[in-house]
Amino acid sequence: MVTLAHYLVLSGVLFAIGAGGVLLRRNGIATLLGIELMLNAANVALVAFSAFHGNLEGQVFVFFVMAVAAAEVAVGLALLVAIFRKLQSADVDRLSAMRW
Amino acid sequence: MWAEIAISGLKLAVIAGMLLTVVPVMTWVERRGAAFIQDRLGPNRVGPWGLLQPVADAVKLLFKEDVTPAHVSRGLYFLAPAVAVFVAASTFIVIPFAKGEGIQVFGVPLRGLIVAPDLNIGVLYLLALSSISVYGIVLAGWASNNKYSLLGGLRSSAQLISYELAMTLAVLGVLLASGDLRLTTVVEHQAKLWNAVPQFLGFLVFLVAAFAETNRLPFDLAEAENELVAGYHVELSSMKFAAFMMSEYINMTTVSALATTLYLGGWQLPGIAIPDGWLGLVLSFAVFMAKVGFLLWLFVWVRWTLPRFRYDQLMRLGWKGLIPLALLNLLWVSVALAQGWL
Amino acid sequence: MELAIFYLVAAVAVLSALVAVAHRNPVVNVLSLIVTFFCVAVTFAMQGADFLAGAQVLIYAGAILVLFLFVVMLLGAPVVSGEETPRPIQKTLGAFLAAAVAAGAFFLFSSLRETGSNLPAAGNTTRALGRLLVGPHLFAFELVSVVLLAALVGALVLVKRKH
Repeated sequence: MVTLAHYLVLSGVLFAIGAGGVLLRRNGIATLLGIELMLNAANVALVAFSAFHGNLEGQVFVFFVMAVAAAEVAVGLALLVAIFRKLQSADVDRLSAMRW
Repeated sequence: MWAEIAISGLKLAVIAGMLLTVVPVMTWVERRGAAFIQDRLGPNRVGPWGLLQPVADAVKLLFKEDVTPAHVSRGLYFLAPAVAVFVAASTFIVIPFAKGEGIQVFGVPLRGLIVAPDLNIGVLYLLALSSISVYGIVLAGWASNNKYSLLGGLRSSAQLISYELAMTLAVLGVLLASGDLRLTTVVEHQAKLWNAVPQFLGFLVFLVAAFAETNRLPFDLAEAENELVAGYHVELSSMKFAAFMMSEYINMTTVSALATTLYLGGWQLPGIAIPDGWLGLVLSFAVFMAKVGFLLWLFVWVRWTLPRFRYDQLMRLGWKGLIPLALLNLLWVSVALAQGWL
Repeated sequence: MELAIFYLVAAVAVLSALVAVAHRNPVVNVLSLIVTFFCVAVTFAMQGADFLAGAQVLIYAGAILVLFLFVVMLLGAPVVSGEETPRPIQKTLGAFLAAAVAAGAFFLFSSLRETGSNLPAAGNTTRALGRLLVGPHLFAFELVSVVLLAALVGALVLVKRKH
């Protein structure tokens, strides 16, 4: 019997992998992928709770998370493309012009 | 449970059989139809009226040397045609082919010739699959390690995404009118009046978007022989090329079946109530196939009649032409529903 | 049987998520993330959220990741994946944090006392979701459309070349 705990563990592990991706990679695209993974982990948790309580509000929230994630990816990738045109590299560590 | 699995297997076999027949028949229709439109005869040597020509084509493609160019990404190179065919064929499990009320096979009711009758998100499933089909083309373009392929692949996927929007908006009108995402409900809703009549604009938008979605002329710039050296599948030979050609014809059949279900009343005949039972099954199946056949002929007809769109004209038509029209259609449907006309 | 399916789907999801963040080649990253998103869609379907399962495939796997793939292909994957190794402090801290979150999630949630099973709710969520969106959550719905418009305009402005 698949319980709430199963889905929450899955969500936590996916979130950790996404966070690891954001923290450990210097490639802009990999960072954005990590962010998408974290958002999906949150979605899994939301749907799990929604099914647990029998309440559809959680699913409405997931709907909004998907929409906002799409918007954020569009802007993030546009930024990445603009940066790449300038620097010829997607390495986020090279974006240090404004550092102290 | 085993009876239900057996029934699903039988329905899948019917669909697979239908698809495997449609592809060779369509290649024959394409070549003879093209010939007649161009005032010539076309292939009529192989078998009576050239009916065995597709067999000859298949044999030729099978025996062609399978050339794999250097420096291709092997995994993606083999994955792309597989994705294209798989996605194209998977769309058929939610399309209702025939009315099968009151029939019992192995003691379990048949509930119509549709593999997944209870899928609540029927239309959403179809839209999701059509957005996955973009990957087959993009991956083929990328994996071939060839500038022309990549360009063709990217152009084609941009075209697919743009026209997918127009198609979705047109379909939304139908969903509003029938009130449910299930295709069986949509077909039953059209018992008195086909959706193409009140939603003529939506039907037009859907057809044009369907031409663009299947990469058929007048929107086939991405795979044009004389424009882009055959575009994203220039490096694919033998069975991989055959797989892409197959996926194109299967896609054509899918959108024709979808257009029939959503706009032309599916297996319904206007004014005539199809009876239950085996007679009704055969009759409704024949009606459905006739409509799909007509739309497939329309695809061939338009291909050999109209010139090709240039890429920027294509994108302009999709974004600035079809999307506003589809939104207009949506507005009209909402007004009609609110006033109680539909 | 449902448990077996869940374990299979979860294993595939975690594995492909690991490949998605760890592999050098950006195209492989994106493709394995597609697999992860499919698995997540399956978990949605297993809990009766049918509309969200379809929307997950349509939006995430079918639109967002296509956008990613476009950018990767246009920027040229070999150039994009050329990166030096991250600094040692970044590696240790990052790995430690990620492992801590994963372990924390695992041990914390697996000791939950709730034993009710997450059975699927009554299937047809589309209609109910629609009612909720234009009813109690209308304001958020309208705001999201403005957010999407802002993102659209922003993305166009960012990549516009100055002539």
